[in-house]
Amino acid sequence: MTDDPYKVLGVAKGASQAEIKKAYRKLAKSLHPDLHPGDKVKQAQFQAVTAANDIVGDADTRKRFDAGEIDASGQERPQRQYYREHAAADPQGRYDSSAGYGDFEDLSGVFSDLFGARAQARSGRSQGFAARGGDTRYHLQVSFMDAAVGGKRAVPLPDGTTIDLTIPAGVRDGQTLRLRGKGQPGFGGGPAGDALVEIAVAVHPVFTRDGNDVEVDLPIGFDEAVLGAKIDVPTLSGKVSMTIPKGASTGQRLRLKGRGVKPAKGTAGDQYVRLKIVTPPKPDAEMEAIAQRWRDHVTADPRAKLWKDL
Amino acid sequence: MLDERDVVATVRRLHLKELRLWVEMGWVRPANSDGGPVFDDLDVARIRLVCDLREDMSLPDDAVPVVLSLLDQIHGLRRELRGLAGAVDTQPDEIRQAIVAAYRTGSSR
Repeated sequence: MTDDPYKVLGVAKGASQAEIKKAYRKLAKSLHPDLHPGDKVKQAQFQAVTAANDIVGDADTRKRFDAGEIDASGQERPQRQYYREHAAADPQGRYDSSAGYGDFEDLSGVFSDLFGARAQARSGRSQGFAARGGDTRYHLQVSFMDAAVGGKRAVPLPDGTTIDLTIPAGVRDGQTLRLRGKGQPGFGGGPAGDALVEIAVAVHPVFTRDGNDVEVDLPIGFDEAVLGAKIDVPTLSGKVSMTIPKGASTGQRLRLKGRGVKPAKGTAGDQYVRLKIVTPPKPDAEMEAIAQRWRDHVTADPRAKLWKDL
Repeated sequence: MLDERDVVATVRRLHLKELRLWVEMGWVRPANSDGGPVFDDLDVARIRLVCDLREDMSLPDDAVPVVLSLLDQIHGLRRELRGLAGAVDTQPDEIRQAIVAAYRTGSSR
């Protein structure tokens, strides 16, 4: 094996970085140890190629190498444990697939006797050849409304099929739904595994949720705050008319009992309406006149309690 | 056992988003704990392999599961072959020789 990284990669000394990258990729494809489990020669070659690429694959390191500041061996990297070592060492053979010899059983009962028994010994089951299939995990983002009132969604799977998922009303962010038998197929007649779908609930521009309770910020005018009013409020199930009491303030929370999330099991939550008094950004003359008259005769300080509590 | 963040910190050229996508696609199958997915050495080595496939070998995403599936089959086969060889190895000489003879006849057919 030559020490010259250019020769190792099979490029000219004057090659561009792009040419070096291309050469490295080509060699990596044909030499990567994980693509040749058991082949020690290819592993040694790949190590030389990787070391060479470490030097001339990076424009700065290459400059230093060309200038003689570092030599070809100056870049010894710690030996990496490739996937193949781990795959071979793993006692359960978790990722190992039996698809490569699944048809052997048709030829001879010997294989199913041997391999079936070994697979069974590994999985720690003592009776029969049956093993339950593995669970598969998915993530799914659902809208706030689907999570609150329930819905149906088709979940696309990596293999191109879909699962019809019923989202129960009241599902929470981070909750995992289990679909029995929708995971990986079982071995030797064992039951299929489950599909586990972790739900992420999207935020809603208007509603926020705390468990089964729902909260809405409700803007009201100063006249509605002073005189009280009957106002339409959005809820999960549409508009509901609500009475704002006289003398309402910003931050006050009013409750609409039972108007929150109605879960499939358990009692419904409530909706809380948080009042927020808003005034027009440019008050007209009439509004200013009303406010001025109010200022002229009011004596109570709205911040009296604040200073007292300080 | 490492959680998602540990893995991203260990495998420097991996982003959390990618890791989550790969788990979602079933390329990597971590165990689940209360605090989310947890990854062992085998999972981390597999993640490094996926990085190599996608970056060093510029394999397109739709080719990654093809390669992984073939590799899983090879490792499954190698495991059984090793086991079978080990079992043959523990047999008395005459049985071993009988197996070797039968195998040679079979493979030359």
